[in-house]
Amino acid sequence: MAAPTPVDLSAALVLTAPLPGDWLLILPPVTMILFGAVLMMLRNRIQWHGGIGVAGLALLVLETGLLLARVAAGGPLTMTMGRWLPPFGIAFTADVLGALMAFVASVAALAAGIFALVDIDSGARRYGFFPFLMLLMAGVTGAFLTGDIFNLYVWFEVLLISSFGLLVLGSEREQIDGGLKYAILNLVGTTLFLITVGYLYGVFGTLNMADIALKVRTIENAPLMTLSALFLMAFAMKAAAFPVNFWLPASYHTPRITVSAIFGGLLTKVGVYALLRVVVMLFPLQREELSTVIAVVAILTMVIAALGMLAQDDLRRMAGFAVILGIGNVLAGIATGTTAGISGAVLYALHSMLTMTALYLIIGRAALLSGGEWRLSGLGGLYAAAPGFAFLSLILFLAVSGLPPASGLWPKVSLVKAALDVGAWWLAGAILVSGFLSTIALARVFLLAYWRPAPERVPGKSTLGRRDQWRVNLPVAVLVLVSLGFGLLPEQPMSLTQSAASSLLEPSAYIRSVFPQKVTP
Amino acid sequence: MEALFCGLVGLFFSVAIYLMLSRHSVRMLLGVAILGNAVNLLLFTSGRLTREVPPIISAGMDALPSGAANPLPQALILTAIVISFSFFSFLLVLTYRAYQALGTDNTDDMRLAEPKDEPMPPLGY
Repeated sequence: MAAPTPVDLSAALVLTAPLPGDWLLILPPVTMILFGAVLMMLRNRIQWHGGIGVAGLALLVLETGLLLARVAAGGPLTMTMGRWLPPFGIAFTADVLGALMAFVASVAALAAGIFALVDIDSGARRYGFFPFLMLLMAGVTGAFLTGDIFNLYVWFEVLLISSFGLLVLGSEREQIDGGLKYAILNLVGTTLFLITVGYLYGVFGTLNMADIALKVRTIENAPLMTLSALFLMAFAMKAAAFPVNFWLPASYHTPRITVSAIFGGLLTKVGVYALLRVVVMLFPLQREELSTVIAVVAILTMVIAALGMLAQDDLRRMAGFAVILGIGNVLAGIATGTTAGISGAVLYALHSMLTMTALYLIIGRAALLSGGEWRLSGLGGLYAAAPGFAFLSLILFLAVSGLPPASGLWPKVSLVKAALDVGAWWLAGAILVSGFLSTIALARVFLLAYWRPAPERVPGKSTLGRRDQWRVNLPVAVLVLVSLGFGLLPEQPMSLTQSAASSLLEPSAYIRSVFPQKVTP
Repeated sequence: MEALFCGLVGLFFSVAIYLMLSRHSVRMLLGVAILGNAVNLLLFTSGRLTREVPPIISAGMDALPSGAANPLPQALILTAIVISFSFFSFLLVLTYRAYQALGTDNTDDMRLAEPKDEPMPPLGY
């Protein structure tokens, strides 16, 4: 009988406590879950919800901003849960891409949160708007920062179940109709994702993304094409790319406009992020093979979205198609696969987060000015009613259509150039034509809703108090100014997305951050 | 063993997809429930299937005995069961509310959010 040999566990354990600064990595989802829990406990004191919710979102902006500064200066950051070293412990890994997306998402959410102080009345607060918003942001930031693919699935579900809650807030009949379609299609999408994770685990025996990125270089005789095609399908469904986009225009116009703004700004971009992280980073060779498919999907998405924008009378539905148009542009960048193309795609995703949130908020502001009118045929006289707001709207419309001076120009320039560099003139052409069609659609909105004289209507009680005026104008103004700053001073954001793109295509720094001992060439 | 499970998973998926292609929301819901179970079985099979060797390191050993069950898929399935169960209950309530509010379970007739004869946007100034 041999004496039990003491097992040396130190080889598998994290022995040093993480640096205090490393906690920044998990703070964003943790803060949001805590705020959500506190707000749920205070469910009877809805008068406190607004203040606490906005404070939580402001804290989130601060945390993600610090994280971004840290990651941009010092490279990817990893923290492992439960002391087990990766690939056994679940790792959170932030690189520039994840931190950047998380930061911009928090800014957009904060703006929407302030707008919600006016738009979300006490009835909807009683349904739990702010707790749902906090948990949604926990899911969004968690998805951007996790380094484990099953954990990514869990964050997807966290944000999905909160988004169901937000979507049917108030249980109006239209919301239930839109919500049913949204819920079932998104559930099928995430289930497809889970199926692929199951196959992935069967093939690789690991779920850690850095570990997969290492093993994919040496693995042989594995059905990697099946895996990447399934991932592409699942994330395209989440991102609302063409053949699987119909849930978006069916549901995004039904909830409160603040909820639409958050959904339009953030949710599809989580799908885009997952596409970048998984298909571009983990399966580079398979992405190369699939690039024609992705390019065709991108073109169809852009064309359908641009035509959809032209055909809508309800401005909220038009904005839904504008969201899809952005997804098509991002897919075009992914299809090229070059550093410039991926960088353009990331830049476009960030621009789309800001401007889509702002677009919905502007539509909501316009509806507040005109007594709850969403239809283009019924709107008018906004320029006379609020010249400053009209000016902001004009800048935003230019940004959404990809014209200077705001943020729309640079991502589109990078995407067109990247497409031309790989010889895909038809892809570049589709980007430009769809951009032109969206310019027509938005110019028509400005012409009719702002310049046309106001139609005769009974004066409603749409007049807001001075404080409420601030609360609806400030978030719109901040988002438009951020977008404008982004367009006028593009150097800093572009160098960040450049480094995000090169770390996606050559993830050695990402891998080294998770496995410091396995130095890769 | 694995081949048998693969066949079962395939059967579950085909039943689930057939039900989800239906126009009636109740059948779609049943499809969603079966789909969740199909995925759980798939996760279970994608680990390895063994019989009667629990994943416990006995005293005096420093590794699992060969042919031990893989504990990780079970952890994944547990997570997936919790999630799919909560989603299913949410969908159940939502479908019931949709039936109450819209008076139909035929998705072709649920056109409230996207009415059939939506007006065109103004075509002139």
